[in-house]
Amino acid sequence: MLAQQFVNAISLGGVYALFALGFTLVFGVLNVLNLAHGAVFMLGAYAALQGVVLFRLPVLAAIVLAMVVTALAGWALDRMIFAPLRARQAPHLAPMIATIGVAITLTSVVEGLFGAENLRFPIQMLPSEAFSLGGAQITSLELKIIFLAFALMALLLWGLKKTRIGCALRPLAESPKAAALLGVNVEGLFSATSIVAALLGGMAGVLIALYSNAVFPHMGQPMLHKGIAVVILGGMGDIRGALLGGFFLGFAEVFSVAYVGSTMRDAVAFGLLFAVLLLRPEGLFGKAEQRRA
Amino acid sequence: MEWLDTFWSTYSTLVLTVGTNILLALSIYLTLACGLLTVANAAFMGIGAYTSALLTIHADLPFLLVLSCGALLPALVALVIGHPTLRLSGVYLAMATLAFGEVVRIVILNAEETTGGALGLNGIPQRTSGFDVALAVGLVLYALRCLACSRVGRTMIAISQDEVATELMGINVRAYKLLVFVFGAALAGLAGAFNAHLTFFISPSEYGFERGVEILTMGVLGGTGSPWGAVLGGLLITILPELLRGLGHYRPIVNGIILIVIILYSPRGLWYLVRWARRSAQPAR
Repeated sequence: MLAQQFVNAISLGGVYALFALGFTLVFGVLNVLNLAHGAVFMLGAYAALQGVVLFRLPVLAAIVLAMVVTALAGWALDRMIFAPLRARQAPHLAPMIATIGVAITLTSVVEGLFGAENLRFPIQMLPSEAFSLGGAQITSLELKIIFLAFALMALLLWGLKKTRIGCALRPLAESPKAAALLGVNVEGLFSATSIVAALLGGMAGVLIALYSNAVFPHMGQPMLHKGIAVVILGGMGDIRGALLGGFFLGFAEVFSVAYVGSTMRDAVAFGLLFAVLLLRPEGLFGKAEQRRA
Repeated sequence: MEWLDTFWSTYSTLVLTVGTNILLALSIYLTLACGLLTVANAAFMGIGAYTSALLTIHADLPFLLVLSCGALLPALVALVIGHPTLRLSGVYLAMATLAFGEVVRIVILNAEETTGGALGLNGIPQRTSGFDVALAVGLVLYALRCLACSRVGRTMIAISQDEVATELMGINVRAYKLLVFVFGAALAGLAGAFNAHLTFFISPSEYGFERGVEILTMGVLGGTGSPWGAVLGGLLITILPELLRGLGHYRPIVNGIILIVIILYSPRGLWYLVRWARRSAQPAR
């Protein structure tokens, strides 16, 4: 029983962490609270599902399609919303309100195109063989989800640490002006960040869609709220904090459902969030930093 | 006056909803005008709606008393959570109020014995009349007008322009923020009480994130320069979906596009445009 909960918590926490990474990346680099991240998550899930159902693609090709679609969404988001507001030096709440508009627009377009009902992957498309691992049942699908989530996280951490782009992001997050003086292509990097963040959010959407096999237009809303909880727990803009926070929330949810009851699940996330904001606004794992606002 | 009777019998619900939405828009205008983005208005509306509906159903108190309680309880809640919450600023404040809103929704959802849980409360007597709503909107607008010329109104403008400078002038910024937060909550609660006694039925899903965003859209659309902006925003956001019934599932898209277009092209809101147009229409002296 305990081992089973552990497996569930790892796979759920991995997806939460993936989602929160994109969210926190945009906040750290672009200094925008991207409330359209949940809608991009939903878009990724729909792209993969329609790839399978409409174009009869195999699951892997559908995942690639979802990556293309969400990357385009991330690029458009930066070019059409963030870039004009940056150019105007709008107050930092303006892009946040605009992303709420983007979220509503995307959600209602998808709802108009594909309907409000719950869509599912054809069951025979999903691998279903299960292994027994130390008393826990783990399906090969869960294994793949865990593997993909961890591979993407490792890739992102490696990219941030070792590549030129990753190194250029650090001065950019500190001060765009200074970064530009150092010869960093500021606008290009902002776009790239938005694209990578959307990719991560979209992949989280695909994985959740495969995991729970339920795709619906408003699926991004609860996820967005959880993403907010995770980045608050981990400290805003903190990459490692988002990772830890994602797994923390995954474990908190799975174990509270198992041992307290399912009605309390959502209350756990938001109770934690509210408490952390009031008591430790820098996050559970973060060091106190000076106030940005 | 026969056409007026037919008009009223067809559109009375819509007109009354315009009124309650104007109250909601004014509730977020108060905090927005102070430079605070709080998205807990939907939750305060829910608290007001449930308080008033329960009082009417179980105690059958007079409507005026029910309305006052519907405004008072959210104000009290705002007073309690406002003190720690308003230490935060910017997006942190937005997120804290968002989390608070979700907590309220989940609490209403899970307190099934009193609130009926997800099924909501059914059979609330329809007591909201056009006169009450018009009177409430009128009184609030008059109060805000008086406020604008007072010390409090000028302080609010100062805080929205530059918080630190205002504080350096010896003004207790925290107290003023708490004041607008509490008044905003009371207004949202009043709107909730009116709304509950208009729609016959309330459920927790009506007071979630979507409603919060709708209220924010009204505030942003109208702009924060004047209470009349909020009136305009509340009016348009209520009437537009009715005019666009043909869009079907695509209908919420209007709110989304409004938010994007206003933020990108007219961040001070529609009322600013109206004033600007009026001023440029006048011949130069």
